[in-house]
Amino acid sequence: MVFSYYPGCTLKNQAKDLDIYARKSAQALGIEIKEIDEWQCCGGVYTSSPDDIAPRLSSIRILAKAKENGGKLVTICSACHNVIKRVNDDMKNNADINLRANNFMQLEERYNGETAVLHYLEMLRDEVGFDNIKKAVKNPINKKIGAYYGCLLLRPNGVMAFDNPENPTIIEEFIKAIGGTPVVYPFRNECCGAYASLKNKPLADKKSSAVLSSAKGHGAEMVITACPLCYYNLKRSGEDLPVIYFTELLAKALGVDGDE
Amino acid sequence: MNNDMQLKSLIEMSATDVRKCMKCGKCSGRCPAFKEMDIKPHQFVTLLGQGKVEKLLASKAIWNCLSCLACVERCPRGVAPANVIEAVRTTVARMQGGDGITAEEIPAEVNEMIPQQLLVSAFRKYKK
Ligand code: SF4
Ligand code: SF4
Ligand code: SF4
Ligand code: SF4
Repeated sequence: MVFSYYPGCTLKNQAKDLDIYARKSAQALGIEIKEIDEWQCCGGVYTSSPDDIAPRLSSIRILAKAKENGGKLVTICSACHNVIKRVNDDMKNNADINLRANNFMQLEERYNGETAVLHYLEMLRDEVGFDNIKKAVKNPINKKIGAYYGCLLLRPNGVMAFDNPENPTIIEEFIKAIGGTPVVYPFRNECCGAYASLKNKPLADKKSSAVLSSAKGHGAEMVITACPLCYYNLKRSGEDLPVIYFTELLAKALGVDGDE
Repeated sequence: MNNDMQLKSLIEMSATDVRKCMKCGKCSGRCPAFKEMDIKPHQFVTLLGQGKVEKLLASKAIWNCLSCLACVERCPRGVAPANVIEAVRTTVARMQGGDGITAEEIPAEVNEMIPQQLLVSAFRKYKK
């Protein structure tokens, strides 16, 4: 299986672990994820305003490149996934945005939303299969683990179609596949405070510590996430519960987390 | 821009039909930033429907909305309050001196811990 892969800027810097362990795990599972060349940051936030074309262009470039290379694009960062998937939906379903973006970009071939955008977790579930992951596990993670979904993977559900936005199960299924026990807690799809941690720290801290104390209160020994911003906000909220990238735990379970 | 043009622009940028709102308040009930908002999510929808441009543009809540889209997911009428808030925020940020954040506000710890994602998205959200 070969997929185009878009790591995004944070996975090249502060969230290197999220990227490195994703690559190692993919290799161990017999999947090739090929980084797209010459990509630019997706911008981190989707613009809901249809008159804002420029912020959509870097995503369209990424999508068009993936279209040339097999048509399946894998993302990991929740924010990248949200932005790119929603821009793809615009290119498919919003004729005005499609026209203006294509006219501006002058690609060899017009881009009309042909690429399938998959989050790494969706790739694991739909392309590899959690059963096959279970078979590949060498070191089961024998822990009670809380899945933290946050917002961007789930909403807006009409476009993201990731899972049931009010009662998601994909990360819990993932946790089971790597030998852990999922802990379902009420705040798993509540916002961590997002970018407010730059402008209104007390607000972000309140939101993040509510998430972690909810997880802890339900017996979680750690929380896993796919989002570098969630990771940062949760870590600095002052609660003492380990926060780990889901790819790191996957690599550990597959026995490929060493420096080989 | 005069009031009518501003209103037309806000309606276009919101890209959601505020006339469908039945004022149930579910969006505000689900909002994680509710307490920090001078104008609540459902009120943004109502005010846009009433054409109260000045009041919308003077809101401080635009800087506290987290774009978590919980309001959008909960609305039983398919309205997107977050889009109205974003339209207002973008409009204000585009005005001269309207930026919600400046480079000076970035703390010194920036190199150590803060993910790019946070800087990029905060600047995209609060500044033009
Ligand atoms: S969403 Fe964030 S991590 Fe992903 S590329 Fe954009 S800024 Fe970087
Ligand atoms: S930072 Fe908040 S808004 Fe962003 S993905 Fe994480 S939980 Fe969602
Ligand atoms: S998107 Fe903004 S208004 Fe809507 S629920 Fe989230 S914080 Fe509240
Ligand atoms: S949830 Fe929807 S219908 Fe109810 S007040 Fe909010 S916008 Fe209006």
